[in-house]
Amino acid sequence: MITVDHSAALLEVRGLRKSFAGVKALQGVDLVVRPGEVHCVLGQNGAGKSTLIKTLSGAYQPDSGEIFWQGEPVTIGGPVAALELGIATMYQELDVVDGLTIAENVFLGHEQATGGVLHVASANARTQQILARLGHSEISPRTEVGQLSAANKQIVSMARALSRDTKLIIMDEPSAVLDSQEVENLFRVVAELTEQGIAVVYISHRLAEIRRIGDRITVIKDGKTTASGLSVADTPTPHLIRLMTGREVANVFPQSTPLPTDAPIVLRCDALGVRGVFRNVSLEVRAGEIVGLAGLVGSGRSEILEAIYGARRSTSGTVTVNGTVLRPGSVDAAVSAGIGLSPEERKSQGLILDEPIFKNVTLSSFARFARGGFLREGAERDAARQQIEALELRPPDPNLTTRSLSGGNQQKILLARWLVHGTTVLLLDEPTRGVDVGARAEIYALIRRLAEAGTAIIVVSSEIDEVLGLADRVLVISDGDVLTTTNSTDIDEPGVLDLVMRGSAA
Amino acid sequence: MSEQITQPAPPTPVTPDTRPGIVKRMLAGSAGRNLGLVIAFALLIVVGILTAGDRFASFDNFVTIIRFASIVGVVCVGMTFVITAGGIDLSVGSVVGLSSVVASLTAVQLASAQSSWLLIVVVALLVGTLAGFVNGVVIAYGGVVAFMATLAMLVGARGLAELISNRSTQIVNNQEFMGFFRADLLGVPILIWIFIIVAVAGWILLNRTTFGRRTVAVGGNAEASRLAGIKVKRHMVYVYMLSGLTAGIAGVMFLGRTTVGTSTHGTLLELDVIAAVVVGGTLLIGGRGTIVGSVLGILIFSTLTNVFTQNNLSTSVQNVAKGVIIVAAVLLQQRFASRGSRSK
Repeated sequence: MITVDHSAALLEVRGLRKSFAGVKALQGVDLVVRPGEVHCVLGQNGAGKSTLIKTLSGAYQPDSGEIFWQGEPVTIGGPVAALELGIATMYQELDVVDGLTIAENVFLGHEQATGGVLHVASANARTQQILARLGHSEISPRTEVGQLSAANKQIVSMARALSRDTKLIIMDEPSAVLDSQEVENLFRVVAELTEQGIAVVYISHRLAEIRRIGDRITVIKDGKTTASGLSVADTPTPHLIRLMTGREVANVFPQSTPLPTDAPIVLRCDALGVRGVFRNVSLEVRAGEIVGLAGLVGSGRSEILEAIYGARRSTSGTVTVNGTVLRPGSVDAAVSAGIGLSPEERKSQGLILDEPIFKNVTLSSFARFARGGFLREGAERDAARQQIEALELRPPDPNLTTRSLSGGNQQKILLARWLVHGTTVLLLDEPTRGVDVGARAEIYALIRRLAEAGTAIIVVSSEIDEVLGLADRVLVISDGDVLTTTNSTDIDEPGVLDLVMRGSAA
Repeated sequence: MSEQITQPAPPTPVTPDTRPGIVKRMLAGSAGRNLGLVIAFALLIVVGILTAGDRFASFDNFVTIIRFASIVGVVCVGMTFVITAGGIDLSVGSVVGLSSVVASLTAVQLASAQSSWLLIVVVALLVGTLAGFVNGVVIAYGGVVAFMATLAMLVGARGLAELISNRSTQIVNNQEFMGFFRADLLGVPILIWIFIIVAVAGWILLNRTTFGRRTVAVGGNAEASRLAGIKVKRHMVYVYMLSGLTAGIAGVMFLGRTTVGTSTHGTLLELDVIAAVVVGGTLLIGGRGTIVGSVLGILIFSTLTNVFTQNNLSTSVQNVAKGVIIVAAVLLQQRFASRGSRSK
C-alpha cells in the first residue's frame, strides 16, 4: 500500500526563464505539481510549453529560475539527471527505436548486464511485469517495436518510464496520434499511475480530455504563467480560453447556411476502392457543401482522400470532378481537374519548412506565374501576400521562413496554396492537428467561408466533434466500409462511436 | 548641418515594402552565404602572393588556375542540381571517360570528317545525357537508392569505356575540332569560356526558372512537392540527365585538352566534384543549392593546388590540406544550419 502526502509539492518551478538567440521563450514560468495528480499545462502554440518540457527533462538549461524537487533545490543538468531524479518524458514524436524489441527499448540506456553481456531473460521478465501493470499483458516483450501501432509505442514509452523509479511523467500531447478507443485506454493507464502516487504533467489542446482526467491546470501565455493550480472542476472553459488567448472565443463552429437546392454536384466517387484498404465508397459533394469523414485511426478515412487525390492508386471505382473522370493514381490529373489536398502531416507532407512563405503558397502554381519557364517571383509574392492577408496570417509577410510559424499559420499557408491555385474541391485531412484553441475557431470559420464561396470540401479528422461541428453531411467509416451517410445534425459523437463499435464487431 | 535637420522627411510609401534593404538582402542571400568562401578564397590568394610572389600573381597563372578548374567546374554545375534535388551522382567521372571514348571512336571521327567536327561534340553530350537518363530512371522509377544506382553506373560505365576502346588511347585527328579547343577568345582559353557559359546558364536555370524551383522544392520536401502536383519522378530523371550532360561536356573538354579519348579520363573526378559542391554550401540533404558556391568551391581547390605546386610541395601534402578544408567547411556548414533551425 502506497501512501502519498498530497499536500507537499513534488515539483516546484519558480520564475523559469530561457532565451534562444535573443528570443524569449520562457519569461517567468511557475509550476507546482503534487504527487499523484494529473496536472494539465495549457497554452497556445508558441506559448513556451515545449521549452518548459525540455527544461524539466534536462534537454535545455534555464537562464534563470529555481526548480525544487521534493522540496530540495535541484539543477537538472541533462536527460540522465532528469531520469535519475524520477522525471520521465513522453515526447510527441515517440523516442522509441523501431529495430529493437520492447524489452530492449524499455531498458535502453540502463541495460542490465554483466561484463557487457545482457541479461535478456530478466529484462524480458521485468518488461512483462511492467506491461501487465499498464494493462497490456497480452503484448510480448520480445515484439519488435517497429511492428507496433502508435498507441502501443506509447505504452512502450510509458513502460520505459516505469522501468526506472519514476515519480513524474510528462506527456506531450499523448492523444494526438490516438483514436477514441486508444485514448480511453490511455486515460485508464493514467488513472492507475496516479493511484500509485505518480504525478502526470499532461499537455493537450483538447479541452474535453483535460475535463475528463485533469486535476489542476496551469496556463502559460507568451512564456509566462498566467494562472497556476486552477481546479479543473471549478474553472469554466471560456475562462480558460481567455487565459490562454487573452480574448474571448465565442462559437467555435461557424453556422452553416442551407445549400441552395440547385447547387451542382462537383465531386463524385462511384464505388471507389483500394484493395485491402477500403472498398465501395460512393459519395457526392455539391458546390458549397462540407462533407465529413468520421472514423477511427486506421479506418481508411485518410486513404479515401488520398485515393480521390490520386496520391494512392485506386483499384476499383471512379472519381469524377465536374463531369470529368480522373485517371487513377495521378495527382497531376486531380490538381488539373481542380482538386486540392491539405495533407494530414503538415510538416512532412505539406510544407517545405526552410523556404519562404510565398514559395510554399505557390508550390502548386508557380509554373502558371512563369513566362516561358522563367519565374516571376514578384507576381508570386503579390499573389501570396494577397491570400495570406485575406486569411489573416500574422504577420502577413510572404518572405518569412515557414518553419518559424505556428501550426495555425502553417495550416493557413496550405489553404492559401489552393486559393491561389484555384480549386473547386478541397480535401482537408486533419486541418486543426497541432493548432491551438484560438486559431482553431479561425480555421473553422475560414473553411466555412470557402464553402460559402462555392468550394466543395471534404474534411477528415480524428476528433469526431470537429467533423460533426464543421460538416453538413457525415460519412461514418469503419474498417474501410462506409457504415452510414447522414446529416451531421442527425448524429452525435456517442452515436458515431456506437456505429463504429458495432460496425467493427460485425 | 541645420539644412539637413530642417529638410522634410521623405514621403512614406502607401504600402511599405517589407523587403529589407539591398545590402541586407544580399547578405541574407547567396552573397552572404558565400561570404566565408570569398574570404577563404581571398586568404588563399594572399598566401599565394606572399609565398610565390609574381610567379603566382600573374595573369597567365590565374588563367592556369581557372583552366585547371574548368573541366571539373562544369561537372560541379550539374552535380549542384543533383545534390540540391536530394540526390547524389557518383558516376560522373566514369561518364566523362565513357563519353570521351565514344566520341573519339574511329567511326565517329570518320563521320565527323565528312560532316562537321560538331558531331564529336554531339555524340559526347548524347552519351553523357543517356547515362544520366539511365541513372534517373533506375533511381526515380526503379526505387534504387541514388548512392547505389550511380555507384553501379560508376563501375559499369568505366568498364564499358574500356571494352569499347579496348583499353587503348584514341587520338583525335579532326583538325577543326582541335583547332577550336586550342583557340583563345579575348586572351582567354576556350575551356574557360565553356566553364563560364555553363556556370551562368546553370545559375539562371537554378535561380530563375521553374526547373530550378522544382529542383529546390523536390530536394526540400519530395512528398510535399508530390502532393502539391509536381511530377517528382520525372523531374529527378531530368536532373540526372542534366548531370550526365555536364559530364558529357567535360568529356569533350578532355578531348580538346588532351587530344585523346581514353577510358581513364575523369577517374576519381566525382570526389573532387562532390567535395567542391558541398564545400560551396549546397546542402547534402537537399533543398538548398548554390552555383556561385560550387564555382567558388572548385576555384578554391584549384588555387590551393596551384599555390602548393608553386611552392614545390607534393601532391600528398595537397591532399592532406584538401581533406582538412573539406572537414572544416562541412563543420562550418552544420554550425550555420543548426543555428538557422534553432531560432524557434
